[in-house]
Amino acid sequence: MIWSRPSFLSRWPTDRWLAPGLGVAAAGAGLILLLVLVFLLREAAPLLGSHAAIGFLLDAGWYPLEGQFGMLPMVVASLAAALGALLLAAPLGIVSAIFLNFSAPPGVAHLYRMIVALLAGIPSVVFGLWGLTVLVPLIARWQPPGASLLAAILILALMILPTVALTSASALAAVPKSLLHGAAALGLTQQGTILRVALPAARGGIINGVLLAGARALGETMAVLMVAGNVVQYPGGLLDPVRVLTANIALEMAYASGAHRAGLFASGLLLTLAVMLLAWLAIRASHGGRHD
Amino acid sequence: MTDRIFTGVVWLGAGVMTALFLWLLGDLLWQGASHLSGSFLLSDPADSGRSGGIASILVSTLLILAVALLAAIPLGLMSAVWLTEYTRRDGTLGAAVRLSLDVLAGVPSIVFGLFGNAFFSVYLGLGFSIVSGGLTLACMILPIFIRTSEAGLSAVSDDWRRNAAALGMSRASVLWHVLLPAAAPAVASGIMLGVGRATAETAALIFTSGYVDRMPTSLFDSGRALAVHIYDLSMNVTGGDRAAYASALVLIVLIVAINTGALALSDRWLARKVTFS
Repeated sequence: MIWSRPSFLSRWPTDRWLAPGLGVAAAGAGLILLLVLVFLLREAAPLLGSHAAIGFLLDAGWYPLEGQFGMLPMVVASLAAALGALLLAAPLGIVSAIFLNFSAPPGVAHLYRMIVALLAGIPSVVFGLWGLTVLVPLIARWQPPGASLLAAILILALMILPTVALTSASALAAVPKSLLHGAAALGLTQQGTILRVALPAARGGIINGVLLAGARALGETMAVLMVAGNVVQYPGGLLDPVRVLTANIALEMAYASGAHRAGLFASGLLLTLAVMLLAWLAIRASHGGRHD
Repeated sequence: MTDRIFTGVVWLGAGVMTALFLWLLGDLLWQGASHLSGSFLLSDPADSGRSGGIASILVSTLLILAVALLAAIPLGLMSAVWLTEYTRRDGTLGAAVRLSLDVLAGVPSIVFGLFGNAFFSVYLGLGFSIVSGGLTLACMILPIFIRTSEAGLSAVSDDWRRNAAALGMSRASVLWHVLLPAAAPAVASGIMLGVGRATAETAALIFTSGYVDRMPTSLFDSGRALAVHIYDLSMNVTGGDRAAYASALVLIVLIVAINTGALALSDRWLARKVTFS
């Protein structure tokens, strides 16, 4: 910062109110998060104080009209869908990043980067539409009903692939050239250079990207809602229809009132905390895994 | 030998991804274009959207977007300027605002929907309206817009600030005539990222701007956004798939068009204001 002289000493009158004005705006922007959390808590409060808070874990199931708020089946479904998507998207995304940085000729790399960026820009509801009309019938032909955990995993994987690919690519591009040159001078093959030098050096950035993609998968609503079948149950297999936490909110907010509404806000709060935890881990990963 | 297998695997991975992309895009173009026509864009939906068009939906979408941008851009620019020009890099207050924005950026969109419903629709009494939806989206796109603009502003060389100070310019005019124009490309790309996210958004809008597919007569009317329309057509309306695909195609074209427009606009702004290099 070079403007060390306080604003009120400026000989221009506008400068005197500029700093406080801007500060108020920034404070306002910073307080939105607090506002979101306060309103989630406020709306969830009728349930959080009572015995029902423990019921989120212990109740037999999600029967909000009978005062049963067991969220565990949906939490498990959410985690299973996000984890499954990560297991598919992480390897393919990292391979894409390697392709972009090491294998592709410049022209191809440019084209490929454009494809990945376009894929990243496709709205989730369009992924959902495509999943519903193309993917679900395909799975149904093999194992009805088609709308299932598997469909959710596949659509989510496709959605978060660009995130993994782009963050891993920029992590790989940030690996110092001297490391790669050193590896080449030692006579390592290209495979050896990539697997033993470049990937470990970019580890922090890649893990950061994967965790952010996981957070996105966990928080995604529409795409999963449209392909997962939305039956509240523990997923017994890949082909079982499931309902994730986010989809539950979108499906029931329209008619929920009273304790039911509070239950949905409580699940929103839980979701936010889970995503915040993942983001925190991602930040830690990108700081801790840096290679010098 | 193993090197060759490795290269093969890498190319195969890239090929799989390209194939998936082409499959998705091909379906969209093929199924969407067949239903798309001038009258589809210019007539209101009829029979729950099975027939008719998306005129009222497009108007609602653009109004929601306009409200979101009108709220987010001034607040976001002011915050970005404060963060870069009026805080030290290691200051606690600035760090707190940055952390808060980063966390906000990760909050799932359905949670913004819950918040928007509880705060704008119910607490502030705006009901299911275009204003509620737009303001909810503004909260959602603010973090990415601020952080991109901030990066653009802090990339402006300190020489420019020193030169401007040496010329005795007020801070306000340095901001207006030097710093903001220099950061315009970053600001524009921040807006583009925000617009892309806002236009694509569904979950945050269902319970804030609502479902009504009539032509909105005021900003306090409920209006159905294009993304919500696609969702409704494919999930709740049997036989709505073709209209859903056509709407999806329009949505993607809209996002690309807005992005291209913002890019061109920022180029012109930059050319007009900063003529030295």
